[in-house]
Amino acid sequence: MRDAAIAESPWVRWLLIAIAVGFLALFLLLPLLAVFAQALSRGLGPYLSTFADADTQSAIRLTLLVAAIAVPLNLVFGIAAAWAIAKFSFPGKSLLVSLIDLPFSVSPVVSGLVYVLLFGAKGVLGPLMSDWDFKIIFAVPGIVLATVFVTFPFIARELIPLMQEQGSAEEEAALTLGASGLRTFLTVTLPNVRWALLYGVLLCNARAMGEFGAVSVVSGHIRGVTNTMPLHVEILYNEYDFVAAFAVASLLAGLALVTLVGKSVLEWRHGDELAAVRRH
Amino acid sequence: MAVAITAQGLGKVFNGTAAVDRLDLAVEPGELLALLGPSGSGKTTLLRLVAGLEAPDAGRLLFGEEDATRLAARQRRVGFVFQHYALFKHLTVADNIAYGLRVRPRRTRPPEAEIQRRVGELLDLVQLNGLGKRRPAQLSGGQRQRVALARALAVEPRVLLLDEPFGALDAQVRRDLRRWLRDIHERTGHTTLFVTHDQEEALELADRVAILNRGRLEQIGTPDDILDRPATAFVAGFVGEAVRLAVEAAPGTIRIGAQPISIPTGDVSGPAALFIRPRDLLVCDDGPDALSARVIAVRRTGPARRADISFGPGLPAVEVELPATSSVRKGDTLHVRLTAVRLFSSSRRGDDGRQS
Amino acid sequence: MSVAALVAPRAVFVKPSPLPGFGLTFGFALTYLSLIVLIPLAVLVWRASGLGLDGIWRVATEPRVLAALRTSFVTAALAALANAVFGVVVAWVLSRYSFPGRRLLDAVVDLPFALPTAVAGIALAALYAPNGWIGSLLAPFDIRIAYTPAGIFVALVFIGLPFVVRTVQPVLEDLDREVEEASATLGASRGQTVRRVVLPLLAPAILTGVALAFARAVGEYGSVIFIAGNMPFRSEIAPLLIVMRLEEFDYTGASAIATIMLAISFASLLAINALQAVSRRRLGHA
Repeated sequence: MRDAAIAESPWVRWLLIAIAVGFLALFLLLPLLAVFAQALSRGLGPYLSTFADADTQSAIRLTLLVAAIAVPLNLVFGIAAAWAIAKFSFPGKSLLVSLIDLPFSVSPVVSGLVYVLLFGAKGVLGPLMSDWDFKIIFAVPGIVLATVFVTFPFIARELIPLMQEQGSAEEEAALTLGASGLRTFLTVTLPNVRWALLYGVLLCNARAMGEFGAVSVVSGHIRGVTNTMPLHVEILYNEYDFVAAFAVASLLAGLALVTLVGKSVLEWRHGDELAAVRRH
Repeated sequence: MAVAITAQGLGKVFNGTAAVDRLDLAVEPGELLALLGPSGSGKTTLLRLVAGLEAPDAGRLLFGEEDATRLAARQRRVGFVFQHYALFKHLTVADNIAYGLRVRPRRTRPPEAEIQRRVGELLDLVQLNGLGKRRPAQLSGGQRQRVALARALAVEPRVLLLDEPFGALDAQVRRDLRRWLRDIHERTGHTTLFVTHDQEEALELADRVAILNRGRLEQIGTPDDILDRPATAFVAGFVGEAVRLAVEAAPGTIRIGAQPISIPTGDVSGPAALFIRPRDLLVCDDGPDALSARVIAVRRTGPARRADISFGPGLPAVEVELPATSSVRKGDTLHVRLTAVRLFSSSRRGDDGRQS
Repeated sequence: MSVAALVAPRAVFVKPSPLPGFGLTFGFALTYLSLIVLIPLAVLVWRASGLGLDGIWRVATEPRVLAALRTSFVTAALAALANAVFGVVVAWVLSRYSFPGRRLLDAVVDLPFALPTAVAGIALAALYAPNGWIGSLLAPFDIRIAYTPAGIFVALVFIGLPFVVRTVQPVLEDLDREVEEASATLGASRGQTVRRVVLPLLAPAILTGVALAFARAVGEYGSVIFIAGNMPFRSEIAPLLIVMRLEEFDYTGASAIATIMLAISFASLLAINALQAVSRRRLGHA
C-alpha cells in the first residue's frame, strides 16, 4: 500500500472496524431484521392473511395513489425550478434555493399542522371549504398536500447543483443549430441529468410512501378511507395486532431495501453524473 | 551535520511492477543531487523510500553509518517538501513552521520561547518576515512553497528531500525560487535530494544529477558529465534536444541513410543509434566527413535561426542552428559536419531513447 | 432616441440569455413554492403572532410544554453527540479501510433515510421492550430503555447517524494524504497527526453533520412515539404535544409550540450556514 507511513497499527484498525460494524449492526441492521422476524413470528400463514384484509389493501392502494400524485408534481417542479435557477441569473436566486430546502428543516408534525391551520374546520379557509362541501383535512387531498410538502425538495435539490455545474454551453450550441427550446431540453438537457433525475425520484418516492408524522396529522385515521400504509402500521400496532403491524411494516421495509439497492447501483454506475455524490 | 545517503539494492514493487528496481545510489554529504527522469521512472518513489513514506521490498538504506531501512518516517529526521506544499490549512504560517518542534516528546521539546525564536529565524531565512500570523490560504504559491521549506528545516533534518518543489509554480517564480533554493543550500549545507522532470532545472541547480529510467539508475554525474558524456542511449536521448537517428556502424565509419561518413565509432558496430542536438551540427563545405541534407523548414528562435533538415527520405528531421543572418531557405541543400558524436549500439540495454 | 438611451443598461429582472423558458419555469416554480410551502408556513406564523410574544412565552413555559421541549432538546443533543463519535468512526472506517462487506456497510448507512419512520419506531420498540431481543438482555440488570427517555435517545441516534456520516465521509475522502505524510515526516506520531491535523480539518464537517442530525432529531415524530412511552413530564416530546393540542382543536396552542420549534430549526440552519462560511474563510476553499 502507498499509505505505509500514515496507517494506523493493525489492532487500532481492527478495533475501529469492529466498533463501526458493531454499531451499524446494533443500531441499523438489527431493527431491520426485527421487522421481518416479528412479521413471520407466527409463520407464513398469518403473515399472508394480513394482506387479504380489506383495510390493508385499501391502505396499500392509498399509499400508491398518494405517491403517484406527489412524485410527478414534485418532478415537474424540480425540473422547472432547476431550469430557471441553473440556466438564468436573477436577483434573489440563493434565497430561492434556500426556500426550496425549507421543508427539510420543518418537523413533519408542523408540516401537517400548517394545512390543518389552513383548511381545517377552524382553519383560515375552513368556512369556505364547508360551504363548498369540499374536504381537504381528514381526507385524501390533505394527505396528498402533506406528502407533497415533505417531499418537496428531493428532486429539485438533486437537479439544481448538477445543472448549475453543467452550465448552458450545450443548450446554446443546440439552439444555434436550430433546435427549438423544448427540443433542446428534451434532447440535450434531459439526457445529461437523467440519472440524477432518477436518483431524486427514487428518494422522493421512498419518502412519499413512508411519510408518517405529517400525514398522521391531516389524515384523521379513518380506516379504509384515509389510512396510508404507515398509518395502518400504527393502528394495527396500537391494537396489539403485532403480526399484522409488522407484516405491513415488512412491505415498507422491502421498499426501503429496494430504494437502497437502486440508490447504490446509481451511485456506483453513474456516480460522476450525480450531484449528491459529487457534493460528497 | 551533513550526512551521506546510501541506497544499496533498494527495491519497491507496485502491483507487480518494479517502481524502483534494486537501485544503488550514493549521495555525498552536503551535496545537492537532482533525481531526473520521465514520469514513471521511479524518482518520486525513490524519494519517498528515503523519507520512509514507503517501505522498501528489498535492499538497505543508510543515513551516514546508520541503517535507516526499518526506521519509521517520524524517526528519520528528514525534511520533506511536497510538490503541492501539504501545508496545514487550519494553522497559521508560524504554527505550521513550529509544528515539528511542538510534536516532540516533552523531554526533547524546546521551551515555547525557543520555538518562537526559531520560527522567527526561519521566517527570516525564507524571507517571509511579518507573515507569521497569516494562514496558508492567504499566501501565493511561491510563498507557500517557502513556508513548506521553512517547516521542513525547523526540525533540523539530517537530509532535505524535495519532490518537484517548483512543479506547481509559473515560470518566473520558478526561476527566482531556483536561485533562492541554491542560496539556502549554500548557507545551510544540508544533504539535499530533489526530484524533477525538468532537465533545465536539474542541470542548472544541482551539484550532481542522477538520471532514472524504469526504476533504474542510468547515470549519475555532474551536469557536464550528463550533457557531454551521456553514459547510455537513454541519457543521450533524454537530455538536450536530441533527435535519434538509426544508423549502421562499421569501425571508423557510420552510414546515415545512404551517406557514409567517417567518425570515431569506438567499439560500436552494426545497427546503432546516433543522437544529434541542434548545436552538434556545423554548416561546412562538401567533403569526406560532411553530410548533405535538404532543408525542410527554417524558423527564427530567439537570437538564432533554426532549420529542420533531412539526411534522406524516411529519416526523421534533425535541427541545426544557424546564425540569424543566414539566408538558407526551404528546399536548399546544406552540407553539415558532426561536432560531437553520441553513438550507441542498438543491441545494448537501455536503447529506448526515443524521447527527445 | 439619444445614444445614451441606446447603450444604458435597461433595468431587467433576469440577465438576457439565449435560452428560452425563464418566464414559464420561474413563474411555475415560484407559484408552486408559494402555494405548497410559503403560504401555509406564513399562516402558521400569522396564527402564532395573534398570541403575541408574551402569549407564546406563556405557552412555552407551561410546565408540561416546558418538560416536552426539554425532553426533545436534551435527547436530540445527546443523540447528536453520540452520532458525532460513532458517525466519525463509521465515516473513517468506510473511507479509509478495505475489508469484506465494506460496500454493503456503506449502503446500509442510508437505511434511516429510506426506512419509513413508523417502521423504525415499531421495530425499535419491539427490540428494546422488556421482552424484546435487546430489552430482555438488559432486564436482568434492571436497565429499561423502551418507554423511557433512553428509548427516545436510541430512536434519535438511529435517525441522525447518516447525517454525520454523509457530511464527514466526503471531506475525509478528499483530505490530502500528503498533509498527513508531512506531519509524519515532521516527527508526529499517528495519534498526534490525527489529533492535531486530521480532526481540526474535519471539525467543520463534523459540526455541520451534528447540527443537521440535531435539527432533524428535535422535530422527529414517527420513530420516537412508539418507543417513548409518551409519559407527560418524562418521555413526552414536543411534536407529540402539537398533535395532542390539534386533537383537542386547540389550534392556537399547537401553533405556539410549532412556532417555537420552527424558530429553533431556523436557528440551527443559520448556525450551519455560519459555520460553513467561517470554515470556508479559514481553510480558504469553497
